[in-house]
Amino acid sequence: MAESKTELFIWPIFKRNPIALLVLGICSALAVTGQMSTAFVMSICVTLVVAFSSMTISIVRFQIPGSVRIGIQIIVIATMVIIVDQVLKAYSYELSKQLSIYVGLIITNCIVLGRAEGYAMNNPPVASFIDGLGNGIGYGFILMSVAFVRELLGSGTLFGFEILPLATNGGWYMRNGLLVLPASAFFLIALLIWILRTLDPEQQEKN
Amino acid sequence: MAHYLDIIFRSIFLENLPLSFFLGMCTFLAISKQVKTAVGLGSAVLFIMVITVPINNLILNYVLKPGGLTWAGKPDLDLSFLGLLTYIAVIAAVVQILEMVLDRFVPALYNTLGIFLPLLTVNCAIFGGSLFMVERNYSFTESVAYGIGAGGGFFLAVVCLAGIRERLEYANPPSGLRGLGLTFITTGLMAMAFMGLAGMDLSF
Repeated sequence: MAESKTELFIWPIFKRNPIALLVLGICSALAVTGQMSTAFVMSICVTLVVAFSSMTISIVRFQIPGSVRIGIQIIVIATMVIIVDQVLKAYSYELSKQLSIYVGLIITNCIVLGRAEGYAMNNPPVASFIDGLGNGIGYGFILMSVAFVRELLGSGTLFGFEILPLATNGGWYMRNGLLVLPASAFFLIALLIWILRTLDPEQQEKN
Repeated sequence: MAHYLDIIFRSIFLENLPLSFFLGMCTFLAISKQVKTAVGLGSAVLFIMVITVPINNLILNYVLKPGGLTWAGKPDLDLSFLGLLTYIAVIAAVVQILEMVLDRFVPALYNTLGIFLPLLTVNCAIFGGSLFMVERNYSFTESVAYGIGAGGGFFLAVVCLAGIRERLEYANPPSGLRGLGLTFITTGLMAMAFMGLAGMDLSF
């Protein structure tokens, strides 16, 4: 491929964002967007897992027999996720409780397997690592933007700090209860896709 | 009995996997263009959930849990850190075996579910079902009820969405919203409708 390393890194964030354009990995993406802090930790976890599993798979790509490659990829990914999960449990137990099952679900996240199968199997380790990093950050970007709106307007805080003083605490802001419900994440993602596709008409679906 | 009915009802409507936990969204959005295929996908999910959740429950209780291996003379062994790897392997194996068994004995059913089965190995809803079972400490019978409810919830949601999307074919939305964007908004509205059942009192 004729892409430079910077392009490899930047493109998945805006031009080829895995969530907005390829509809990959939204499974677990939305559930942790109620608060900035959980969304932030989740983004870091996913970025690390994608980058390192892509790199590992790329290193052993000549040794993997074609017929069992998906199985091997899943095992590599599952191992990475177990490491992340154990580290979270050891050093930040509260957060790992809040993320509940969603850290484990990174295994079945389509982005990770998609990058392993679609990119790492045919490309050298360093390029795969950068590609994984870019895709992870692209995923994080969507996650954090949804979480920003939901936490700011839903509970008037960001990362747990009060930004808009709530009317119930003597401030002026009436919080929007809808944004605390899971349904709001669907609407926000729809708006985001609408904006991205209006800016870049190439991505629109044909009738 | 009421307790199990309660688990089933909660997991179908209030804790619906795709609509309130966003699990299985990839397949949920991709294979909901027609009611017919949606029914196939929904039944495949239901089928696999009912089998894998109880199996993983047995493995958790008799192998992985601290003290689970007492029957093998190793009461101090704690293998719970291997959980994630084990559950995904069990799911992959069950899907594979199921595919072969159906192909051999029930070809009619195989033809309906066939193409969806391999997809479901990496479906977050299936995996999430097992993880919720672990997190909530369900007993064996509770896990059977949960498998039925969670699978049934997915079935209901995906078939409803497919019905709505068939009608949406005739709509003329702004071009940026066409396809994916509109589907998300529809799903959001459905999620709110399912939420509406939250006020129901179920203590029999």
